[in-house]
Amino acid sequence: MSTNELIIPKKDSKLYMSFMYVTYISLLVGGLMGLLQTLVRSGKYTLPFNIDYYTILTVHGVILGLVLTTFFIIGFQFSLMGKTVGMTDKQRKVAWLAFWVMVVGTVMAAITILVGEASVLYTFYAPLRAHPAFYFGLAFVIVGSWIAAFVNFRQLYVWKKAHKGEKSPLLAFMVIINMLMWFIASLGVASAVIIQFIPWSLGYAETINVLLSRTLFWYFGHPLVYFWLLPAYMAWYAIIPKIIGGKLFSDSLARLAFILLLLFSIPVGFHHQLTEPGIDPTWKFIQVVLTFMVIIPSLMTAFSIFATFEETGRRKGYQSLFGWFKKLPWKDVRFLAPFIGMVAFIPGGAGGIVNASYQMNALIHNTIWVTGHFHLTAATTVILTFFGITYWLVPHLTGRRLTPKLNKLGIIQTYIWTIGMTIMSTSMHIQGLLGGPRRSNFSEYAGGEQVATWISYQVSQAVGGTILFIGIILMVYIFIQLTFFAPRGVEEFPIAQESDNAQPAPKFLENWYLWIGITIALILFAYTIPVFDILKHSPPGSIPFDWPIGR
Amino acid sequence: MHLHKYEKIWLTFGVGSLALFLAIIGFAAFWKGTHPQSHIEVIDPQNVQAHESFKPENLGLHEVADGKYIFNIVASAFNYDMGVDADGVPVKTIRVPKGSTVLYQITTIDVVHGFNVAGTNVNMMVEPGHISRFETVMKNTGEFTIVCNEYCGIGHHLMYGTVEVYE
Repeated sequence: MSTNELIIPKKDSKLYMSFMYVTYISLLVGGLMGLLQTLVRSGKYTLPFNIDYYTILTVHGVILGLVLTTFFIIGFQFSLMGKTVGMTDKQRKVAWLAFWVMVVGTVMAAITILVGEASVLYTFYAPLRAHPAFYFGLAFVIVGSWIAAFVNFRQLYVWKKAHKGEKSPLLAFMVIINMLMWFIASLGVASAVIIQFIPWSLGYAETINVLLSRTLFWYFGHPLVYFWLLPAYMAWYAIIPKIIGGKLFSDSLARLAFILLLLFSIPVGFHHQLTEPGIDPTWKFIQVVLTFMVIIPSLMTAFSIFATFEETGRRKGYQSLFGWFKKLPWKDVRFLAPFIGMVAFIPGGAGGIVNASYQMNALIHNTIWVTGHFHLTAATTVILTFFGITYWLVPHLTGRRLTPKLNKLGIIQTYIWTIGMTIMSTSMHIQGLLGGPRRSNFSEYAGGEQVATWISYQVSQAVGGTILFIGIILMVYIFIQLTFFAPRGVEEFPIAQESDNAQPAPKFLENWYLWIGITIALILFAYTIPVFDILKHSPPGSIPFDWPIGR
Repeated sequence: MHLHKYEKIWLTFGVGSLALFLAIIGFAAFWKGTHPQSHIEVIDPQNVQAHESFKPENLGLHEVADGKYIFNIVASAFNYDMGVDADGVPVKTIRVPKGSTVLYQITTIDVVHGFNVAGTNVNMMVEPGHISRFETVMKNTGEFTIVCNEYCGIGHHLMYGTVEVYE
């Protein structure tokens, strides 16, 4: 990491903070929807004002899965780029454009959902048809994020020109990898929205190719979850070591892990479509194998993190086998929250292996096990790391301090989250193994023992969900404090340095042509033949259906 | 690029387990033939009756040989059409003896649905224009809820049936 870190000017802070405002408003709104869902599913509560369950389910998924994540990530990544390679006035202007395009898209989609014209859930599977404004809103959010991506690319390019022969700062490199992945992946969903959904929702196209639209969605849908995860990895690799008073474990290995994540993030979407009737099983299997390649960078990451912990502890003089572990800064929320996120990723990752396992998938596909899974990975690992970032990033940007009192509240928040999620996610996993479906309003179906067991687990999900909502209120309170009320001061932007005896990173790690080339080659390999098959064997297209979603 | 000795051991172990794991699922898939359903057979969603299996009189459960059954279903929002009984009442429950081999065949006339016989491996996406098929042996007795597990609209949770396996 370069030692010449930059100071973030006020004008830039304002930009980064704008993304944070949207993030925390989303957390509150989306979290409230989540609470209501768990209460409804307990069977002891009905929604007021004739609000439909699936409307709040759509709000929950879109606001937390697409809006909160994208805004936080883009804002955080802008701050990383600003800190490591800088931002020019012109870049800032374009970044503001990105922000506003995304906000306009979000508001369009949100209003359409709230008035009940788009209860299609965040996956918006055809041939359920939402109001066209919903699809336009999504298109704006994606286009806005592309503008942000190109600003990031430009930022590194300008820096490189001024620093000939130097390797790019690690965090900037990581941001570029994530945005490259996001751009290549979102081309899939953007083409589905723009070429398939919009003309069809407006009535210009009579029918839609359902399987193609689903395939394009999942071409995007899996890299989407890595897009959430990689910023957490950025913090784990390059920020946490500084917080615990250590150094970067290995700059080169961190870069290599990110490259592997880029390569194996996209040509894998079929593992979400394993139980679909229209895809050749051999290609499903090939994509399953490619999916599992992600285990390699994940293991590298796990090793690096724990090696950093141990090295740091040993350097501080803790000699016993686990002494270094006991002496980690457990009372520092900037460390504790992401650490619990890391721990959650162990069962989260293992569950992911089950999900993508070619045959085992049939046991859990579309059961609430899957919901339990991504509440561990996205809603614990990723979000606790994002909270962990918030504790220093927001005061750094607002010129305030994380006071001991707020730190303590943060620790309480982290434990509340851990307890609530353990209860909710565990009962979702178990209910899923027993066949309980996901994405469903409360129902007693045909009655019987099986259904009674499901409902008992739904009651515990409501308990977990309530605890989590308390955690959300506390987190939003902490955010407001850090933004407006905490005492003025200087909060560090922690970026870890390379250790003194680090070896130089090999040049090929920054050969963008090479990595983008391999990424595209893998995508073409995994998708060309099956997509031609899908087109060649396509059934008559599907006409739109409005009434099933109450339009 | 420098790799720590312990990291080499760790990654060798990890990649080795991964290879073994993939070999096992590959063996199960290509030698034992346990694939997820993938029939790639298409149908006109607006005219499913043209297909022999989905003619109104062929819906529901049919014994085709001793202990072998075919179960044809047409899904629509928010109902599984499993045919009618002798009195013309829509069937909601089918009953098979333990140990029966049942071939489930299902398609949809409108939106995407799910078809899960909860507690068994019968778990399929049902998509307009495609026929979903899965054959399995019903080894355990009990009542199994058929549940739509892909969102199909505001009545999604009201779409169900029952498979009863008796001794």
